[in-house]
Amino acid sequence: MCTYTTVKDTVDGSAKGPGGSWFHVTDVTVYFDHPVHAMAEHTLNIDFAAPDRGPAARVALELTADSARKLVAAIQEALDAVPLEMQV
Amino acid sequence: MSETPASSLTATGALTAGSVKISGDGGDEIEAYLARPEGDARRGGVVVIHHLPGYDRATKEIVRRFAELGYDAICPNLYWREAPGAAADDAAAVARANGGIPDERLVGDVAGAAAHLRALPTSNGKVGVIGYCSGGRQSVLAACSTDVDAAVDCYGAFVTGTIPEGLPLKVTTLTDLLPQLRTPLLGLFGDDDSHPSPAEVDELTRILADNGKDFTKHSYPGAGHAFFAVDRPSYNAAAANDGWERITEFFGTHLTAAGS
Repeated sequence: MCTYTTVKDTVDGSAKGPGGSWFHVTDVTVYFDHPVHAMAEHTLNIDFAAPDRGPAARVALELTADSARKLVAAIQEALDAVPLEMQV
Repeated sequence: MSETPASSLTATGALTAGSVKISGDGGDEIEAYLARPEGDARRGGVVVIHHLPGYDRATKEIVRRFAELGYDAICPNLYWREAPGAAADDAAAVARANGGIPDERLVGDVAGAAAHLRALPTSNGKVGVIGYCSGGRQSVLAACSTDVDAAVDCYGAFVTGTIPEGLPLKVTTLTDLLPQLRTPLLGLFGDDDSHPSPAEVDELTRILADNGKDFTKHSYPGAGHAFFAVDRPSYNAAAANDGWERITEFFGTHLTAAGS
Protein backbone atom coordinates (compact mmCIF):
# COMPACT_ATOMS: atom_id res chain seq x y z
CA MET A 1 0.00 0.00 0.00
CA CYS A 2 1.18 3.48 -0.82
CA THR A 3 -0.46 5.79 1.66
CA TYR A 4 1.12 8.82 0.01
CA THR A 5 0.33 10.68 3.21
CA THR A 6 3.12 13.08 3.94
CA VAL A 7 3.42 15.45 6.88
CA LYS A 8 5.85 18.33 6.58
CA ASP A 9 7.08 20.85 9.11
CA THR A 10 10.02 23.08 9.82
CA VAL A 11 12.54 22.27 12.53
CA ASP A 12 15.55 23.97 14.04
CA GLY A 13 18.42 21.71 15.01
CA SER A 14 21.33 19.73 13.72
CA ALA A 15 21.86 16.25 12.36
CA LYS A 16 24.91 14.19 11.62
CA GLY A 17 24.66 13.23 8.03
CA PRO A 18 26.46 11.99 4.95
CA GLY A 19 30.22 11.86 5.36
CA GLY A 20 29.90 12.04 9.13
CA SER A 21 29.56 15.81 9.22
CA TRP A 22 27.03 17.78 11.20
CA PHE A 23 24.67 20.16 9.45
CA HIS A 24 21.82 22.44 10.37
CA VAL A 25 18.42 20.92 9.54
CA THR A 26 15.48 23.12 8.68
CA ASP A 27 12.83 20.72 7.41
CA VAL A 28 11.27 17.44 8.50
CA THR A 29 9.10 15.16 6.38
CA VAL A 30 7.19 12.29 7.97
CA TYR A 31 5.30 9.64 6.05
CA PHE A 32 4.20 6.01 6.26
CA ASP A 33 5.09 4.13 3.13
CA HIS A 34 7.47 1.64 1.59
CA PRO A 35 10.99 1.95 2.97
CA VAL A 36 14.11 2.09 0.86
CA HIS A 37 16.20 -0.09 3.16
CA ALA A 38 14.28 -1.50 6.14
CA MET A 39 13.01 -5.04 5.62
CA ALA A 40 9.39 -4.26 6.31
CA GLU A 41 6.62 -3.73 3.81
CA HIS A 42 5.79 -0.32 5.26
CA THR A 43 7.58 1.90 7.72
CA LEU A 44 7.23 5.27 9.36
CA ASN A 45 9.80 7.31 7.53
CA ILE A 46 11.38 10.52 8.74
CA ASP A 47 13.59 12.76 6.64
CA PHE A 48 15.50 15.53 8.37
CA ALA A 49 16.72 17.79 5.61
CA ALA A 50 18.36 21.04 4.73
CA PRO A 51 17.02 21.77 1.23
CA ASP A 52 19.30 24.76 0.88
CA ARG A 53 22.28 22.39 0.97
CA GLY A 54 20.91 20.05 -1.71
CA PRO A 55 19.15 16.65 -1.82
CA ALA A 56 22.02 14.79 -0.14
CA ALA A 57 21.79 16.93 3.01
CA ARG A 58 19.38 14.51 4.58
CA VAL A 59 19.24 12.13 7.51
CA ALA A 60 16.64 9.45 6.96
CA LEU A 61 14.99 7.05 9.39
CA GLU A 62 12.77 4.10 8.52
CA LEU A 63 11.02 2.61 11.57
CA THR A 64 8.40 -0.07 11.93
CA ALA A 65 5.11 1.32 13.22
CA ASP A 66 5.77 -0.20 16.64
CA SER A 67 9.26 1.30 16.75
CA ALA A 68 7.94 4.68 15.72
CA ARG A 69 5.40 4.63 18.54
CA LYS A 70 8.18 3.75 20.99
CA LEU A 71 10.17 6.70 19.66
CA VAL A 72 7.21 9.05 20.10
CA ALA A 73 6.76 7.81 23.67
CA ALA A 74 10.47 8.12 24.41
CA ILE A 75 10.62 11.66 23.10
CA GLN A 76 7.53 12.60 25.07
CA GLU A 77 8.91 11.02 28.26
CA ALA A 78 12.22 12.82 27.87
CA LEU A 79 10.53 16.15 27.22
CA ASP A 80 8.15 15.68 30.13
CA ALA A 81 11.10 15.25 32.46
CA VAL A 82 12.60 18.58 31.50
CA PRO A 83 11.91 21.46 33.92
CA LEU A 84 9.98 24.23 32.25
CA GLU A 85 12.81 26.72 32.71
CA MET A 86 15.10 24.51 30.65
CA GLN A 87 12.69 24.19 27.72
CA VAL A 88 14.05 27.12 25.76
CA MET B 1 17.29 -4.01 -41.56
CA SER B 2 14.55 -6.55 -41.24
CA GLU B 3 11.76 -6.74 -38.76
CA THR B 4 12.46 -9.51 -36.28
CA PRO B 5 10.06 -10.80 -33.67
CA ALA B 6 11.14 -9.70 -30.22
CA SER B 7 11.44 -13.27 -28.99
CA SER B 8 14.18 -14.07 -31.50
CA LEU B 9 16.31 -11.12 -30.41
CA THR B 10 17.17 -12.73 -27.12
CA ALA B 11 19.38 -15.53 -28.35
CA THR B 12 22.54 -14.04 -26.89
CA GLY B 13 20.99 -11.75 -24.30
CA ALA B 14 23.71 -9.21 -25.07
CA LEU B 15 22.71 -5.64 -24.45
CA THR B 16 24.08 -2.22 -23.70
CA ALA B 17 22.74 0.03 -20.98
CA GLY B 18 23.53 3.36 -19.42
CA SER B 19 22.47 6.91 -18.76
CA VAL B 20 21.63 9.25 -21.61
CA LYS B 21 20.15 12.72 -21.84
CA ILE B 22 16.80 13.16 -23.54
CA SER B 23 14.49 16.05 -24.25
CA GLY B 24 11.66 15.97 -21.73
CA ASP B 25 8.63 18.12 -21.09
CA GLY B 26 9.04 21.65 -22.37
CA GLY B 27 12.28 20.70 -24.08
CA ASP B 28 14.05 20.31 -20.74
CA GLU B 29 17.11 18.09 -20.88
CA ILE B 30 16.65 15.26 -18.38
CA GLU B 31 18.50 12.08 -17.55
CA ALA B 32 17.19 8.70 -18.64
CA TYR B 33 18.39 5.11 -18.41
CA LEU B 34 18.47 3.41 -21.81
CA ALA B 35 18.97 -0.32 -22.43
CA ARG B 36 19.18 -1.81 -25.91
CA PRO B 37 19.66 -5.34 -27.24
CA GLU B 38 22.64 -5.87 -29.48
CA GLY B 39 22.10 -5.98 -33.22
CA ASP B 40 20.33 -3.80 -35.71
CA ALA B 41 17.02 -5.66 -36.11
CA ARG B 42 13.98 -3.43 -35.88
CA ARG B 43 11.97 -3.69 -32.68
CA GLY B 44 9.51 -1.95 -30.46
CA GLY B 45 10.33 0.31 -27.55
CA VAL B 46 9.22 0.40 -23.91
CA VAL B 47 9.09 3.43 -21.64
CA VAL B 48 9.40 2.37 -17.99
CA ILE B 49 7.95 4.79 -15.44
CA HIS B 50 9.63 4.40 -12.07
CA HIS B 51 7.78 4.14 -8.78
CA LEU B 52 7.52 6.87 -6.14
CA PRO B 53 10.85 5.82 -4.55
CA GLY B 54 12.50 6.96 -7.72
CA TYR B 55 14.96 6.16 -10.44
CA ASP B 56 16.57 3.37 -8.51
CA ARG B 57 18.60 0.22 -9.11
CA ALA B 58 15.53 -2.04 -9.09
CA THR B 59 13.88 0.06 -11.80
CA LYS B 60 17.02 -0.03 -13.93
CA GLU B 61 16.96 -3.82 -13.64
CA ILE B 62 13.45 -3.74 -15.09
CA VAL B 63 14.68 -1.60 -17.99
CA ARG B 64 17.45 -4.10 -18.71
CA ARG B 65 14.94 -6.96 -18.57
CA PHE B 66 12.93 -5.33 -21.34
CA ALA B 67 16.11 -5.08 -23.40
CA GLU B 68 16.75 -8.75 -22.72
CA LEU B 69 13.22 -9.40 -23.97
CA GLY B 70 14.15 -7.69 -27.20
CA TYR B 71 12.99 -4.10 -26.78
CA ASP B 72 14.77 -0.78 -26.73
CA ALA B 73 13.79 0.35 -23.25
CA ILE B 74 14.14 3.64 -21.43
CA CYS B 75 13.30 5.07 -18.03
CA PRO B 76 13.24 8.85 -17.67
CA ASN B 77 14.43 10.18 -14.32
CA LEU B 78 11.29 12.02 -13.30
CA TYR B 79 13.08 13.75 -10.43
CA TRP B 80 16.03 15.03 -12.45
CA ARG B 81 14.90 18.64 -12.32
CA GLU B 82 14.54 18.69 -8.53
CA ALA B 83 17.69 16.73 -7.80
CA PRO B 84 20.08 16.36 -10.73
CA GLY B 85 22.75 13.80 -10.00
CA ALA B 86 21.43 13.00 -6.53
CA ALA B 87 21.11 9.47 -5.17
CA ALA B 88 17.73 7.95 -6.07
CA ASP B 89 16.48 7.90 -2.49
CA ASP B 90 17.54 11.50 -1.82
CA ALA B 91 15.89 12.65 -5.05
CA ALA B 92 12.70 10.81 -4.13
CA ALA B 93 12.70 12.48 -0.72
CA VAL B 94 12.87 15.90 -2.39
CA ALA B 95 10.09 15.01 -4.83
CA ARG B 96 7.89 13.69 -2.05
CA ALA B 97 8.46 16.78 0.07
CA ASN B 98 7.39 18.84 -2.96
CA GLY B 99 4.13 16.91 -3.27
CA GLY B 100 5.15 14.76 -6.22
CA ILE B 101 5.52 15.84 -9.82
CA PRO B 102 2.91 17.56 -11.99
CA ASP B 103 0.90 15.35 -14.33
CA GLU B 104 1.55 17.66 -17.29
CA ARG B 105 5.29 17.29 -16.81
CA LEU B 106 5.01 13.51 -16.54
CA VAL B 107 3.17 13.36 -19.84
CA GLY B 108 5.81 15.54 -21.49
CA ASP B 109 8.64 13.45 -20.11
CA VAL B 110 7.05 10.19 -21.28
CA ALA B 111 6.40 11.74 -24.69
CA GLY B 112 10.05 12.77 -24.84
CA ALA B 113 11.19 9.28 -23.87
CA ALA B 114 8.91 7.73 -26.51
CA ALA B 115 10.25 10.12 -29.13
CA HIS B 116 13.79 9.20 -28.16
CA LEU B 117 12.99 5.51 -28.69
CA ARG B 118 11.27 6.13 -32.02
CA ALA B 119 14.31 8.09 -33.24
CA LEU B 120 16.61 5.11 -32.70
CA PRO B 121 17.66 3.44 -35.96
CA THR B 122 16.29 0.13 -34.67
CA SER B 123 12.79 1.46 -33.94
CA ASN B 124 9.79 -0.10 -35.66
CA GLY B 125 7.76 2.94 -34.59
CA LYS B 126 5.89 1.16 -31.79
CA VAL B 127 6.31 2.23 -28.17
CA GLY B 128 4.64 0.86 -25.07
CA VAL B 129 4.62 2.33 -21.59
CA ILE B 130 4.65 0.55 -18.24
CA GLY B 131 4.69 1.88 -14.71
CA TYR B 132 4.74 0.57 -11.18
CA CYS B 133 3.03 1.92 -8.05
CA SER B 134 2.63 5.69 -8.67
CA GLY B 135 4.06 4.97 -12.12
CA GLY B 136 1.12 2.65 -12.77
CA ARG B 137 -1.24 5.58 -12.55
CA GLN B 138 1.16 7.63 -14.64
CA SER B 139 1.24 4.90 -17.29
CA VAL B 140 -2.54 5.16 -17.63
CA LEU B 141 -2.25 8.95 -17.68
CA ALA B 142 0.30 8.77 -20.50
CA ALA B 143 -1.87 6.33 -22.44
CA CYS B 144 -4.74 8.84 -22.23
CA SER B 145 -2.61 11.83 -23.13
CA THR B 146 0.20 11.05 -25.52
CA ASP B 147 1.12 8.93 -28.52
CA VAL B 148 1.92 5.41 -27.33
CA ASP B 149 0.80 2.03 -28.67
CA ALA B 150 0.18 -0.02 -25.53
CA ALA B 151 0.17 0.56 -21.78
CA VAL B 152 0.60 -1.52 -18.64
CA ASP B 153 -0.58 -0.39 -15.22
CA CYS B 154 1.07 -2.29 -12.37
CA TYR B 155 -0.96 -1.57 -9.22
CA GLY B 156 -1.27 2.16 -9.75
CA ALA B 157 -3.24 3.88 -6.99
CA PHE B 158 -5.68 6.76 -7.56
CA VAL B 159 -6.56 5.88 -11.14
CA THR B 160 -10.10 5.61 -9.77
CA GLY B 161 -11.57 5.87 -6.27
CA THR B 162 -11.37 9.03 -4.23
CA ILE B 163 -8.43 11.09 -3.10
CA PRO B 164 -8.27 11.29 0.70
CA GLU B 165 -9.00 14.77 1.99
CA GLY B 166 -5.89 16.72 2.86
CA LEU B 167 -3.54 14.50 0.89
CA PRO B 168 -0.38 16.57 0.42
CA LEU B 169 0.55 14.75 -2.75
CA LYS B 170 -0.73 16.69 -5.73
CA VAL B 171 -2.62 13.87 -7.37
CA THR B 172 -6.06 13.45 -8.93
CA THR B 173 -7.94 10.40 -10.12
CA LEU B 174 -8.06 9.75 -13.86
CA THR B 175 -11.75 8.94 -14.15
CA ASP B 176 -12.42 11.96 -16.35
CA LEU B 177 -9.54 11.05 -18.66
CA LEU B 178 -10.27 7.34 -19.05
CA PRO B 179 -12.70 7.83 -21.98
CA GLN B 180 -9.69 9.24 -23.85
CA LEU B 181 -7.58 6.10 -23.39
CA ARG B 182 -5.79 5.66 -26.71
CA THR B 183 -4.24 2.23 -26.39
CA PRO B 184 -4.89 -1.30 -25.21
CA LEU B 185 -4.30 -1.42 -21.47
CA LEU B 186 -3.08 -4.33 -19.34
CA GLY B 187 -3.67 -3.99 -15.62
CA LEU B 188 -1.87 -6.16 -13.05
CA PHE B 189 -3.03 -6.00 -9.46
CA GLY B 190 -2.92 -7.81 -6.11
CA ASP B 191 -6.12 -8.98 -4.45
CA ASP B 192 -4.68 -7.95 -1.09
CA ASP B 193 -3.72 -4.44 -2.16
CA SER B 194 -5.65 -1.52 -0.73
CA HIS B 195 -4.16 1.18 -2.99
CA PRO B 196 -5.63 0.34 -5.45
CA SER B 197 -8.29 -1.74 -3.71
CA PRO B 198 -10.17 -4.46 -5.60
CA ALA B 199 -13.19 -2.13 -5.58
CA GLU B 200 -11.14 0.59 -7.28
CA VAL B 201 -9.91 -1.92 -9.85
CA ASP B 202 -13.53 -2.95 -10.44
CA GLU B 203 -14.42 0.71 -10.98
CA LEU B 204 -11.61 1.01 -13.53
CA THR B 205 -12.85 -2.13 -15.29
CA ARG B 206 -16.41 -0.81 -15.41
CA ILE B 207 -15.48 2.63 -16.75
CA LEU B 208 -13.28 1.20 -19.47
CA ALA B 209 -15.93 -1.35 -20.45
CA ASP B 210 -18.57 1.38 -20.61
CA ASN B 211 -16.32 3.30 -22.97
CA GLY B 212 -15.51 0.32 -25.16
CA LYS B 213 -11.81 0.28 -24.29
CA ASP B 214 -9.46 -2.68 -24.73
CA PHE B 215 -8.62 -3.57 -21.13
CA THR B 216 -7.24 -6.82 -19.77
CA LYS B 217 -7.00 -7.26 -16.03
CA HIS B 218 -5.29 -9.81 -13.83
CA SER B 219 -5.53 -9.64 -10.05
CA TYR B 220 -3.53 -12.17 -8.11
CA PRO B 221 -4.78 -13.96 -4.97
CA GLY B 222 -2.38 -13.64 -2.06
CA ALA B 223 -0.50 -10.73 -3.64
CA GLY B 224 -0.44 -7.24 -2.22
CA HIS B 225 1.04 -4.03 -3.49
CA ALA B 226 4.43 -4.03 -5.24
CA PHE B 227 4.51 -7.76 -5.89
CA PHE B 228 7.02 -7.24 -8.72
CA ALA B 229 9.57 -5.63 -6.37
CA VAL B 230 12.28 -8.27 -6.06
CA ASP B 231 14.10 -6.36 -3.30
CA ARG B 232 11.07 -5.91 -1.05
CA PRO B 233 9.20 -8.21 1.35
CA SER B 234 6.13 -7.59 -0.82
CA TYR B 235 7.66 -9.63 -3.66
CA ASN B 236 5.37 -12.45 -4.69
CA ALA B 237 7.09 -14.87 -7.02
CA ALA B 238 3.95 -16.52 -8.39
CA ALA B 239 2.26 -13.20 -9.18
CA ALA B 240 5.44 -11.62 -10.54
CA ASN B 241 6.28 -14.59 -12.76
CA ASP B 242 2.80 -14.74 -14.22
CA GLY B 243 2.76 -10.94 -14.52
CA TRP B 244 5.96 -10.95 -16.55
CA GLU B 245 4.46 -13.57 -18.84
CA ARG B 246 1.36 -11.40 -19.34
CA ILE B 247 3.50 -8.35 -20.05
CA THR B 248 5.67 -10.26 -22.52
CA GLU B 249 2.61 -11.53 -24.39
CA PHE B 250 0.89 -8.11 -24.32
CA PHE B 251 3.85 -6.14 -25.63
CA GLY B 252 4.62 -8.93 -28.09
CA THR B 253 1.15 -8.45 -29.54
CA HIS B 254 1.03 -4.66 -29.59
CA LEU B 255 4.61 -3.56 -30.20
CA THR B 256 5.29 -5.61 -33.30
CA ALA B 257 5.08 -3.62 -36.51
CA ALA B 258 2.30 -4.52 -38.95
CA GLY B 259 3.28 -7.05 -41.58
CA SER B 260 6.18 -8.48 -39.60
